[in-house]
Amino acid sequence: MAQSHRLPKGGRVDRARPLTFAFNGRTVEGYAGDTVASALLANGITLVGRSFKYHRPRGILTHGADEPNALLSVDRGTGRVDPNNRATMVEATPGLKVASQNHWPSLEHDIGAVNDLLSPVLVAGFYYKTFMWPRSFWDKVYEPKIRAAAGLGVAPDLPDADRYVHRNAHCDVLVVGAGPAGLAAALAASESGARVILADEQAEMGGSLLHEITAAIDGVSAAEWVAQALAALASRPNVTLLPRTTTFGYYNHNHVVLTERVTDHLAQPAARLPRERLWQVRAKQVVLATGAHERPLTFADNDRPGIMLAESVRVFLNRYGVAPGRRIVFATNGASAYRAAADAKAAGLDVTLVDTRPEAAIGPERALITGIPLLAGHTVVGSTGGKALTGLIVAPVDSAGKVGARRTLPCACAGVSGGWTPSVHLFSQSRGKLAFREENDAFVPGTSVQAERSAGACTGTYDLAEILAEGWAAGRAASGSAGTRVFSATPATATGFKPARVLPTDADPKRVRAFLDFQNDVTAKDIGLAVREGFQSVEHVKRYTTNGMATDQGKTSNMAALGILSELLEKPIPQVGTTTFRPPYTPVTFGAIIGSARGALFDPVRKAPLHDWAAEQGAEFENVALWRRAWYFPKAGEDMHAAVNRECMAVRENVGIFDASTLGKIEVVGPDAAEFLNRIYPNAWLKLEPGKCRYGLMLKEDGFVFDDGVVARLAPDRFHVTTTTGGAPRVLAHMEDYLQTEWPDLKVFVTSTTEEWAVIALQGPKAREVLAPFVSDIDLSPEAFPHMAIRTGHILGVPTRLFRVSFTGELGYEINVPADYARAVWEALYAYGQRFGITPYGTEAMHVLRAERGFVIVGQETDGTVTPDDLGLGGMVSKLKPDFVGKRSLARPDMSLPNRKQLVGLTSLDGTTVLDEGAQVVADTAQPVPMKMLGHVTSSYWSAACGHPIAMALIEGGRARMGETLHVTTPAGFTAVKVGAPVFFDADGKRVNGAVIGESTHG
Amino acid sequence: MLLVPCPYCGARPEIEFRCGGEAHIARPADPSALSDAEWANYLFIRTSPKGVHAERWLHAHGCGRWFNAIRNTVSDSFLATYKMGETRPDSAAAESTQGGK
Repeated sequence: MAQSHRLPKGGRVDRARPLTFAFNGRTVEGYAGDTVASALLANGITLVGRSFKYHRPRGILTHGADEPNALLSVDRGTGRVDPNNRATMVEATPGLKVASQNHWPSLEHDIGAVNDLLSPVLVAGFYYKTFMWPRSFWDKVYEPKIRAAAGLGVAPDLPDADRYVHRNAHCDVLVVGAGPAGLAAALAASESGARVILADEQAEMGGSLLHEITAAIDGVSAAEWVAQALAALASRPNVTLLPRTTTFGYYNHNHVVLTERVTDHLAQPAARLPRERLWQVRAKQVVLATGAHERPLTFADNDRPGIMLAESVRVFLNRYGVAPGRRIVFATNGASAYRAAADAKAAGLDVTLVDTRPEAAIGPERALITGIPLLAGHTVVGSTGGKALTGLIVAPVDSAGKVGARRTLPCACAGVSGGWTPSVHLFSQSRGKLAFREENDAFVPGTSVQAERSAGACTGTYDLAEILAEGWAAGRAASGSAGTRVFSATPATATGFKPARVLPTDADPKRVRAFLDFQNDVTAKDIGLAVREGFQSVEHVKRYTTNGMATDQGKTSNMAALGILSELLEKPIPQVGTTTFRPPYTPVTFGAIIGSARGALFDPVRKAPLHDWAAEQGAEFENVALWRRAWYFPKAGEDMHAAVNRECMAVRENVGIFDASTLGKIEVVGPDAAEFLNRIYPNAWLKLEPGKCRYGLMLKEDGFVFDDGVVARLAPDRFHVTTTTGGAPRVLAHMEDYLQTEWPDLKVFVTSTTEEWAVIALQGPKAREVLAPFVSDIDLSPEAFPHMAIRTGHILGVPTRLFRVSFTGELGYEINVPADYARAVWEALYAYGQRFGITPYGTEAMHVLRAERGFVIVGQETDGTVTPDDLGLGGMVSKLKPDFVGKRSLARPDMSLPNRKQLVGLTSLDGTTVLDEGAQVVADTAQPVPMKMLGHVTSSYWSAACGHPIAMALIEGGRARMGETLHVTTPAGFTAVKVGAPVFFDADGKRVNGAVIGESTHG
Repeated sequence: MLLVPCPYCGARPEIEFRCGGEAHIARPADPSALSDAEWANYLFIRTSPKGVHAERWLHAHGCGRWFNAIRNTVSDSFLATYKMGETRPDSAAAESTQGGK
């Protein structure tokens, strides 16, 4: 059986390099240069898959990117299994394992084929109509069952073992497609030195010329012309040739994206090579030379394995030296199949040609098939055979459409041609306007929108000499040096076809199953059904029938469906319109799209200067914005709860040390710095003395809280602004926006210093004792350095901006030191602090400690709809300033309604239940559903210092509800809570001053 | 991806920029003098023309500067970019709203 269908000579395969691969476990022999499809055919294998819906046996329909049927799972080893590869595009390589899909238990015996018998009910829209009730079955029964029954390949379940890379490129001219038009364009464009990229999806460049064995161009054979053209291009340093590279997306401003398959064709690729390379090309000019796709013919059982496109038969014969059958019947409505029939005859095969056109309508192509039986004026009404074609049923049809007596033409292969459809996908993606051209029965490029031009068969030009001339002219124009060239191509190309929709038949149309979309199993009568049910828009018909929605995106079916729709609606095709072409042109691997952005490179991780110390101490980390922050420091045997309780109590009783380096920091400098902050923040800044800090809320112009932080004035013209960890970039952007666009007259610079300063928070009654030995030039006494003050000096000889601030309610310092010195300072403090019970604490303890004192976290207590007054911080909003960002919005009546959601504290009445953050709050659990929801829990923790759970919540009219009992949703139902002020510990705020009783500041 | 002509840096890919919405909407000098409706109009109401549109753009991952751009929202072509504070170029405004090159 091996290579039973290989012709004794011919083709571009390398017969000196035989190879084998496995198909469904069976050994297939081939040669270097084969595709999987051509090798399967050479081995006499025509059944290669089962269809999506009806599980009908299917074979190879095409020879290229438009293949709808022959989808195989390709196995290149562990972690390298890739489903839904088109057999026509996968190069045969030694040791490859490929398998057919969508069948059980085997390709030959598929239980799912019962669907085919049920086809009268499994029509378009069947699923929508049938699986409606009961609702509860949608997710649990219908979807899993349907997905299991249908579907294509099986997604891999191992991480992809391959590597993928991205590459950016710029060029003067990008030429897409290396067929005759593309080669001519690239030759012409590169002559003048323009930087040219020529990309082609196939392994070998040359396009249709690779299977053109009769034509001569400028006196040399097509093959020789291709070789000379490629040699010329390769010799030019300004040309980049990209074979095996699919141009799949055409985006704005000539941003074109290509995917290059680098190693799939190599049996043992070098480890340094990526599997695929994604090219992001920005081209000054683009030449689209994307060719055309042949159309199948629409007749009953036109999907039987062995029926393929006529030009594909020619490709397998001429390019691969493979006969898809010894006895071939060609069926067509046009001229190009005559060349295919002639080539098949020349290869020694038994050939018959059936033409739907009457004898009189056949042009000069008639001369090509001397010696081949021709049945002109015949229609195809069906095919015979089971899993393999045994014959084509034809019948004469007269000019009135009357079908005569049937006869069966025995054959193992049928080459069908219904004409051609220009590949306008990329042109359409570029937003170019398509125009319908009657003589081509197709849409062709109309008005360009980007710097782009199309040439060759993708414009509906099918004559080889014209294609070459068009390509040349396009290349010259794209490189900015207009010019033309005449090519001689002999013999003349046979072109032209008479559009056919569904071929005339004598059968009951209701029983004819003529496939349009082979991959999604859409038949011609499905289009009729959609129209009868009221669908008229081409986009609706597409979605209802799923025609053109499979992985091939309807390359072989869209025009056929459109033609039928046009006839049914009795509207010309241009009025029916066409569906939208969207990227990608053909499926692209996720690997190529992701590139190197996987694993550790998936998302950048920011690590604070003390990260490694925390990691060495066994800290657990959490993600905060892009930062990894130490979450808590468990000791042996401790769970998170125990660790957090211990850390909190250490801060309350002794001293804790905390890495606050991720705080955003912005240096605001300039003679107008104070005026600028006065406008940006709602509180007053002009009178803040150097050496003092102030807590500020930042509002957006809509009056809602946007960020917060402590601002220190270092000098009359210099402020150290802190922001939330996640808000640092947007606060800087917000400041820059106002400085650059609203107040360009202000003399202020704002600079991010987040990563320059590390921040070590030392918090607790013994903080001053830990700090004192290391600071020589700052007087730490409470009188000289009170709460909310800043001093500059040195710690361990390292310059520091020392803040006396507290986010815990305890006596505290935030020690800013240059990031490079952070670990040295931290370790010194930690070592000395041992005698005071110093304890490192993480973000969870920090959250608990601040919540005990009722300090808010922007983004947790706020959600973009919260005003300062809603937080109970209305007092810090200046009444005196004439203007600041957000002031006018705060004056809107809605902003002062008494029933706004206001921040309150909640304590669980049972003394034990820690509420869920985000849980809803209601007044009465007996009310009917949907209940009136008063608000939600924003923060909730177990407080070790209080000995009970604490929570904050935003509640409608919350401040008027003090002492009320409300109810909070829990997974089991509700729990009762008591409303109080959002402060649970040290309500007077005395502890920030240690033993000294003094001012209470919200910091 | 658009190619955005930054007036300070030249043409750079869109990924380096942030679009800041409609241009030439100055913050009122005295917001307190505005009615609620007038203030809401300033804050929220924007034109969304099909065709030529003046927008604010920020070269966030580049020079960090805000600038104005005239963009055709149909063809996505940039007709002009100019520095903050400069008046909108007339030539761009005259371009057809149907756009395209």
